[in-house]
Amino acid sequence: MKAFTYQRAETAEHAAAAAVKPGAKIIAGGTNLLDLMKLQVETPSKLVDINRLSLDKIEDTADGGLRIGTLVRNSDLAADRRVRQRYGVLSRALLAGASAQLRNKATTGGNLLQRTRCYYFYDVTKPCNKRSPGSGCAALAGFNRIHAILGASEHCIATHPSDMAVAMRALDAKVETVDSEGHARIIPIEELHRLPGKTPETETSLKPGEIITSVTLPPPPPGVQVYRKVRDRASYAFALVSVAAIVDTVHGRIRSARLAFGGLAPKPWRSARAEQTLVNASANTTTFNATADAVLEGARGFGGNDFKIPLTRRTLHSVLAEMTRA
Amino acid sequence: MDKQDSNAAPDEQPAFEVTRRTVIETGTTALLLSTLPRAAFAAGLPDGDEPSPPAVKVQLRINGHFHSLMLDPRTTLLDALREHLALTGSKKGCDHGQCGACTVLIEGRRINSCLTLTVMHDGQSITTVEGLALGDDLHPVQAAFVEHDGFQCGYCTSGQICSAIGMLAESQSGMPSYVTKDLAQPATELTDAEIRERMSGNICRCAAYPNIVAAIKQAGGMPT
Repeated sequence: MKAFTYQRAETAEHAAAAAVKPGAKIIAGGTNLLDLMKLQVETPSKLVDINRLSLDKIEDTADGGLRIGTLVRNSDLAADRRVRQRYGVLSRALLAGASAQLRNKATTGGNLLQRTRCYYFYDVTKPCNKRSPGSGCAALAGFNRIHAILGASEHCIATHPSDMAVAMRALDAKVETVDSEGHARIIPIEELHRLPGKTPETETSLKPGEIITSVTLPPPPPGVQVYRKVRDRASYAFALVSVAAIVDTVHGRIRSARLAFGGLAPKPWRSARAEQTLVNASANTTTFNATADAVLEGARGFGGNDFKIPLTRRTLHSVLAEMTRA
Repeated sequence: MDKQDSNAAPDEQPAFEVTRRTVIETGTTALLLSTLPRAAFAAGLPDGDEPSPPAVKVQLRINGHFHSLMLDPRTTLLDALREHLALTGSKKGCDHGQCGACTVLIEGRRINSCLTLTVMHDGQSITTVEGLALGDDLHPVQAAFVEHDGFQCGYCTSGQICSAIGMLAESQSGMPSYVTKDLAQPATELTDAEIRERMSGNICRCAAYPNIVAAIKQAGGMPT
């Protein structure tokens, strides 16, 4: 681990002002950052510890939603009674991620900002445009079983590894931030993560120093909520494909639907066109095929991950059939 | 959770026992340990001639004893326990949060001590496997592991036991798991499937899993 100086932040504004300095990094749970620092993928010269900030509450909002402080631990968010009763897809997604020890430490904001688990990003002896811009992408012609089939570019085919963020995308969460000058703003979750394009090193729309203070959930949409995760082992593994679905069905006819996908893209993935194929449609195989076609429009495999295309189709069929069963 | 750490583990190496005893004898008063030379090795990859950053003061309550340490800020909690306090019960397996051998309880909650910096826990209470027994009386989870032969080589065992204690507390507080059928229910029965899912962060390379599950069921008051 490279040497760094350590500073404990007193307020979010103080943290943002400290984090804007070159080489500075915010640390919250640290479960991803310290892992990367041990491998020298991350080499901050200064760590700003925000664990003592009072951003660890889950509060009801005036419109009937929830505000989740950035320091709320993944396990506490999953276990919150309101989340379990009204946002089951979020609780399920959180419980599908990592291990209990990691969930006790990992935070809401940190989960959103965790880095890809691409093998080549983690290996400092290999080219990686995300870690070392301009060095190339070793995954394109390498082992790419876990990599993206949607939203990737010739510069980077890494996926975003979060389960929580996929559920939050389906729930249309909003991310509240504060920047180094103390200005607060709200970023819709679909705008938080960026596609790689030619600059895979820029992963979010956050400005330097800008930190997440909370995530708000609007009131839950009507319908059944499901999080289905497909992975190489039954527990404690990242998603090959995951689906967060919220579907409202009346007498076999779908009234509204939201679908977000993990494991497929550099960000939690949604397709408005796919959701549109379900609205006012009968819940049957023909409908679900059209939905899968729309989700997978433009999907491209790179050899090792070709299987994700049929796996996505089958997982989606299974989820939609289960959710719309009379 | 905090109990007197008055007994050294019976299988402890003599060289460690001396260190351990020193720690125990001075444990009730503030103990100031300067950074040991081996801490540089423990902090991670060698970084050439780069000077060490200034040491930071960290105060911890470990197994009921107060400790004051001056540490390189890079020192993980696991390295502070093993390399600075000679509490070698917590094991370094993968050092990346994947195996669970380093599991300890902070304020009663289980975490991977390899993936956290000691300085982040200033002022907090930590329980390691050394702090579980009361004199010669094993903690019920320790006793159940012995009774059910919940290990083979034993390297993962201290992490398994600390994790199981944290898990039973989580379960009692109503925390659901990925395999919990109904999230709306306030409590969950600790079935084999529940225990296996909740313990998936602790890997046993000897695959003593059936006996580990049996031990946890007994300690959790379930029929075995």
